[in-house]
Amino acid sequence: MYTTDLRTKEQKQKDQREAIAQVGEDDIAFQARIDDDQFIEPKDYMPEAYRKTLIRQIAQHAHSEIVGMLPEGNWVTRAPSLRRKLILIAKIQDEAGHGLYLYSAAETLGVSRDDLVQQLHEGKAKYSTIFNYPSLNWADIGAIGWLVDGAAITNQIPLCRTSYGPYARAMVRVCKEESFHQRQGYELMMAMAKGSEAQKQMAQDALNRWWWPSLMMFGPPDEESTHTAQSMAWKIKRFTNDELRQRFIDATIPQAEALGLTVPDPDLKWNEERGHYDYGDIDWDEFWSVVRGDGICARDRIQARVKAYDDGAWVREAAEAYAAKQQQSAEVA
Amino acid sequence: MATKENTPNAALLDYVLGVADDSLVLGQRVSEWLGHAPAMELDIACSNLALDLIGQAQLYYEYAAELDGQGKDADDLAYHRDAHEFRNHLLVEQTNGDFGKTVMRHYLFTLFSKMRAEGLAKSSDEKVAAIALKSVRELEYHLRFSSDWLRRLALGTDEGNRRVKEGLEDLWAFTFEMFKDVEAEESLYEAGVVPRPSSLKDAWNEQVAALLEEIAVAPSARKAAPTKGRVAGHHTEHLGHLLAELQFLQRAYPGLSW
Repeated sequence: MYTTDLRTKEQKQKDQREAIAQVGEDDIAFQARIDDDQFIEPKDYMPEAYRKTLIRQIAQHAHSEIVGMLPEGNWVTRAPSLRRKLILIAKIQDEAGHGLYLYSAAETLGVSRDDLVQQLHEGKAKYSTIFNYPSLNWADIGAIGWLVDGAAITNQIPLCRTSYGPYARAMVRVCKEESFHQRQGYELMMAMAKGSEAQKQMAQDALNRWWWPSLMMFGPPDEESTHTAQSMAWKIKRFTNDELRQRFIDATIPQAEALGLTVPDPDLKWNEERGHYDYGDIDWDEFWSVVRGDGICARDRIQARVKAYDDGAWVREAAEAYAAKQQQSAEVA
Repeated sequence: MATKENTPNAALLDYVLGVADDSLVLGQRVSEWLGHAPAMELDIACSNLALDLIGQAQLYYEYAAELDGQGKDADDLAYHRDAHEFRNHLLVEQTNGDFGKTVMRHYLFTLFSKMRAEGLAKSSDEKVAAIALKSVRELEYHLRFSSDWLRRLALGTDEGNRRVKEGLEDLWAFTFEMFKDVEAEESLYEAGVVPRPSSLKDAWNEQVAALLEEIAVAPSARKAAPTKGRVAGHHTEHLGHLLAELQFLQRAYPGLSW
């Protein structure tokens, strides 16, 4: 997920020890407000660890939106019809908007967008592992909308009730737009799956490559996710990784069947007793290798963002200098 | 359906295709910035510009397909004509360069295309008038956006000024084509279907000169290149590459719906 905790086990334990060491009366009152389902607002008291966790999560989400423009931007100039081109441009525009919106939400916690962007460019901040996979054929654009936005929504709908007010409100808007993207992605997949043999192959190939990485977006299995308990207590997180993953799989399999495509998991089957689909083992070595930065597009993605930022430095400087001059002459007048 | 009243008019078809090609090619260029713009706010702004332009292209292509009367659709016209058949002005196919050049290109062209659209909005052809009228408001925003950015860049810092000037030098030679009257279009000018290009020239030159003076950028002394240009399908080398990318899927897998 865009917001999945990508810290190592050691870092998580260290953060947790610090959090526990700091509990005071304010923290008890704070927890009572959370338990009462009240929203925490920027000027309210909050424990440092809560603030830190939120900054990490919101920044990671913002970075994911911004880096996420790249695999889709890869097909904008090659979109196969004017209609598809317009839809894709509008989707990428929404993502830039989400990124901006989320950086603003993070700024309410006392960090600056510039600092957060700097961390991304220096490789110190994470973004969703999914965007380090390449978009190789046109159906990938459908698969990203259908699966990646679909997985994001599954995670983010509960976040509309997350305890931090500005983040929750951001999520309401983001989820609305992403539901739209998800439907458009599915509609694209449908056009491909019902098209020529070549188009159907593209659709199946896209599903084959995006299926497992989409499941990995929900993060490590619950037994390895040590911080979940604290985030759940703070209502920053409202369901566990495995719960959300299962919810996504259950919703998505019938959609894949309607497309006439095959999910690349021989162990996948409906479990009558559980009322859920059983699914095969996820390759967590692959997940952690992508988290570490070994994803096939990892270096390309960051280099593209750094290049955009560096090449644009003179533009931002000129705009700032111009604004300052305007203000000066307004003051003189 | 072709009736006596709206018999396909080759000159109008060619003209409408030219307007559509201008919008598509410039929209495609602007869309190349997505994910790579100098600031996230500009990623959003560039998406807006591209959406407007490609949206306008779609409407003009649809009308062109109707005039053509051969059962083609907008995508057939955008995706299945080769570079020499494209009627866009050479200015819009020029590469993005840095943001200064992109903004200069957008300003120089939009100032022209807005004047053209205002003329078309009064066209005796109702369809053309309706599409143009819709586009005028969008182009007003494009003109405001590009002229505001030229001010910021050229008046903000020395480097900004230098780059804007570079952009102007790269592009100026391609501006003359916009005001060339086309022999095949004479009947359209006469009948008040489309504005005569040369009639827009003075107002355009006046406004450009005023802006360049305001932003302290010296005018360019460059002259038009000796080429027959868009009317003969004589483009710069850039258009072929742009179309190779734009048309790739339709060309590799013809006849499918996407």
